[in-house]
Formats: sequence, structure tokens, C-alpha cells
Amino acid sequence: MSRYSFASLVRHGVMGHRGWKPVWRDPEPKSSYDAIIVGGGGHGLASAYYLAKNHHLNNVAVLEKGWLGGGNTGRNTTIVRSNYLLDANARFYEHGMKLWEGLSRDLNFNVMFSQRGVLNLAHSKGQLETFRRRGNAMRLNGIDAELLNRGDVAALVPGMDLSGNARFPIEGGLLQPRGGTARHDAVAWGYARAADRRGVDIIQNCEVTGIRRDRTGVTGVETSRGFIASKRIGLAVAGHSTQLAAMAGVRLPIESHVLQAMVSEPVKPVLDTVVTFGAAHLYVSQSDKGELVMGGDIDGYNSFAQRGNLPVIEHVAACLLALFPQFSRLRILRTWGGIMDMTMDGSPIIGTTPVPGLFLNGGWCYGGFKATPASGWVFAHTMATGQPHSLNADLNLDRFRQGRVLDEKGAGPYPWAH
Amino acid sequence: MLLIHCPHCGPRAQTEFSYGGDANVARPPAPEETDDRTWTDYLYLRDNAKGSHAELWQHIFGCRRWLRLHRDVVSHEITSCSDLPRPRTGNGS
Repeated sequence: MSRYSFASLVRHGVMGHRGWKPVWRDPEPKSSYDAIIVGGGGHGLASAYYLAKNHHLNNVAVLEKGWLGGGNTGRNTTIVRSNYLLDANARFYEHGMKLWEGLSRDLNFNVMFSQRGVLNLAHSKGQLETFRRRGNAMRLNGIDAELLNRGDVAALVPGMDLSGNARFPIEGGLLQPRGGTARHDAVAWGYARAADRRGVDIIQNCEVTGIRRDRTGVTGVETSRGFIASKRIGLAVAGHSTQLAAMAGVRLPIESHVLQAMVSEPVKPVLDTVVTFGAAHLYVSQSDKGELVMGGDIDGYNSFAQRGNLPVIEHVAACLLALFPQFSRLRILRTWGGIMDMTMDGSPIIGTTPVPGLFLNGGWCYGGFKATPASGWVFAHTMATGQPHSLNADLNLDRFRQGRVLDEKGAGPYPWAH
Repeated sequence: MLLIHCPHCGPRAQTEFSYGGDANVARPPAPEETDDRTWTDYLYLRDNAKGSHAELWQHIFGCRRWLRLHRDVVSHEITSCSDLPRPRTGNGS
């Protein structure tokens, strides 16, 4: 398989672009693998890639019930950031940020990572003080953070209502300049292509229906395409982690909730920063196609339906107009929903489970997309060695029993409140 | 929009209600005598059923009563909605 380069683009261009070939195989499942990863989204594919690249485990399969990146990898708002308060989260996501910065080169696939900055807006002196605290915590962990006053915000994001008459007047904000966006589908495709090149079997339309185990641990998975044996199984199926874990008799501190996102009709460049609205909950950026990409809170009740309800859409639109009154005549083009693993402390779970050989990568709440590279990196380490990497040691499942929860918001064990 | 048939106020939009989570979670009666595992299960572990789900809602912009619903979490069909039984009061002294 050829590397992508300027020369390859010219060569194919001269031939009228008729010579491009599929970039990953479509193999039949083998009877057994050294490791199986369930879930062909960004996390599963990244895990397989780093298993092969960092740990030289090449006899690996990724099983996907639908198509690659058809779940939450293709449903998020593409934001990448590492602006976390708590040490364990900050270090983990910052490792991810560093991987993002070299990802297109590493994968030889343009993931269109754009470090346009992520700005959190504050609407009171008190809120700005909590941002100052988080910014200082970030800097202590080696993460870039800048506290902005109202004038700085006005210079960074022209067009926002910064008047004292705004419904929630803006006091300032916390900016992470290295944050930004990436092309979400490209992340799945880039990892799939790179993993396939290292021998990983990517098997689509293969639904796992059961997990087989004996007294020593897991022995394989029942699938819609037959039994596949492996003594090492990793779950990367956020949204349905509880369903898969239940197949092995494991209960998780997770509920499934629907999170909606939406895009407006495309317009000319108008917003070159990711803006998050701290008064209610809105995050908005402009895609390369010109659409405003927006999201807000989860709908707030358990749901496995990949669709949401109108109150949240109305709320998100109202937040947008409170910030940017001039967008009032934009029309919403599409809305959709994805199913989140909402954990009891709002932080992810990556690590071992009570069942030997079964590993869990889930509980991503709203934050899975930006974590994709770091998640794959540490999950591969955990699956290859049987022990967590230092970066996911605190993200273990046992933290709930030990009282070592990682609750960024201090919301308590109410998954719909994180 | 979910339409919830409050037994006191009639059919009302979901925006009048506040969600209270899984209705089958029972607080262990004597926390000080409960071991860590049972307490962890109560605080954090949920069945997260994909199908009919028993859940609590409070009619905060209506009668303010707590209600117990059965709702299908895939189709959103609500099959029952009833008052939460009032807790038995103590002897009042």
C-alpha cells in the first residue's frame, strides 16, 4: 500500500484519480487472535494501532457491528482540548493533545487537526476566579492556559455580544490556544488504514452477541459471524459498555444517555475559535465546510435511542443567539444524537475488570473524541501488559469502591448531571 | 418531547419535570452496618436496562410530587406513571 505524499497525489492526478484503491482489507475473521477489540470507532481502532505499533501485537482483530466510525466517532462536535482541573484527567488528556499534534504525520493521513483555540466564557467575577484556578492547575501540569479579560475576548472573537445588555454579560474567559478541532471521520479512517498496514484485521458487520469465559478468564466472543477465540478482549463500545460488560457478568457505574449535536447551514468564515458558553451549556465552532457545529447538554434521562428531543435543541439555539444575535436567521440543517456512557463521576474508565483477560475502555461521557489517541495509547498498554499505564492508573474501575472518584464538576453520583 | 401523564395534573410536557434516575435503587436501611461493596453497589452500580426502565421524575412545575414511570429507553414509550408511595412516617415524636 502506497504512502500518501505530494508525489502520490500528483501521480494519481495525472492518471485522472482512477487508480485509488481501498486502504484497508475486508478479511474473513480467523478462528482465534492474540487480542480482540470490540468496537470499530476511533478508540478501538487507535487501540489496535498502538497494540501493533508500540507492543508488536499484530495478530489482532477489531470487531464492529456496523461500519467504521458509525457510532460516536461520527457524531461528536470534533473538539480537541485538555483543559482539565484534576491531575489524573489533565495528564491523560494532555498526553492525548501531544499525540494529536503529531497524528497526521504518524498516521500518514491528514486528520485536519486545527489548533484554533478553545475559549471558555465566564459571566461573573466568581466564575472567572474558578477559571483562574483551573488555568493555574493546567499550567502546573504543563498545559497552556491564558486568562482573558473582556477586551481580550472581544479581540479574539469579533461578533459576539459583549455589551452590558447581553442576557449573560461576558466578564472574560479561559483560553487554551492549543485546543481546536479535527476531522472526526478522518481519525477513524486514518487509524484503520494505519492499523491494517500493520496486520490488524478490521471486521465490519460483525456483532458480538456473547462473551465466553471459563474459570481462568475470557476465552473468546460469540459473534454474528461465529465464535472467535482470544484470551484478551478489550471493549471499546462507549454507549453500550454496560451491555457488553453484562455479557461477562460485570456491572458498571454507567448509565446510557443521549447527547445531541447539530449544524447550521454553511456560511462564509465567521468564527475561527471554539467558543463554549459558561452561563448555560453551549459549545460552537465553524467547520471547514462553513457549518456552525453546536452541542449542549445531554437530554437528561436514560436513553439508548440515537435521537433526542426538541427542548435541548431549542436550548442550544437560544444559547447561541444569546452570544451571537446576528445568527438569528441561520437555519439548522441537521440534528442527530449519540449514546453516551455517562459515568458516576463524569470521568472515563480505562483498565482491567474483575474478569481476567477482559479490559474496559468506556465511560467517555461527553469527552471521548478528544481522548481518542491517548485512549488507544494507554488501552493498548493495558491490554498488552495486563497492567494500566501510569496515565490511566487513576482511571480504573475500582476507584468507585475505593472512594477515589474523579469528579471534575463535583456533581456527585448523578450521571445525568455531569 | 416526552408527554408524561401526571396522575394529578394530567398530560404535561417533559420540560415541567425533573429527572430522578433509576427507581429501583434502594438505600441500604442501616448504612453504618453496611459493607463497602454493598454501599458501592447502591451508590454507583446500575443495571442500565436497554428496554423498559423504572425511573423517577418530579413534577417540579406542577404538583411537585415524585412519580414513578416505566419508560422504554429505546422507543421512549411510557407504559405507566404513578405516584411514588409516600414514605411511612415515623411515630412523630
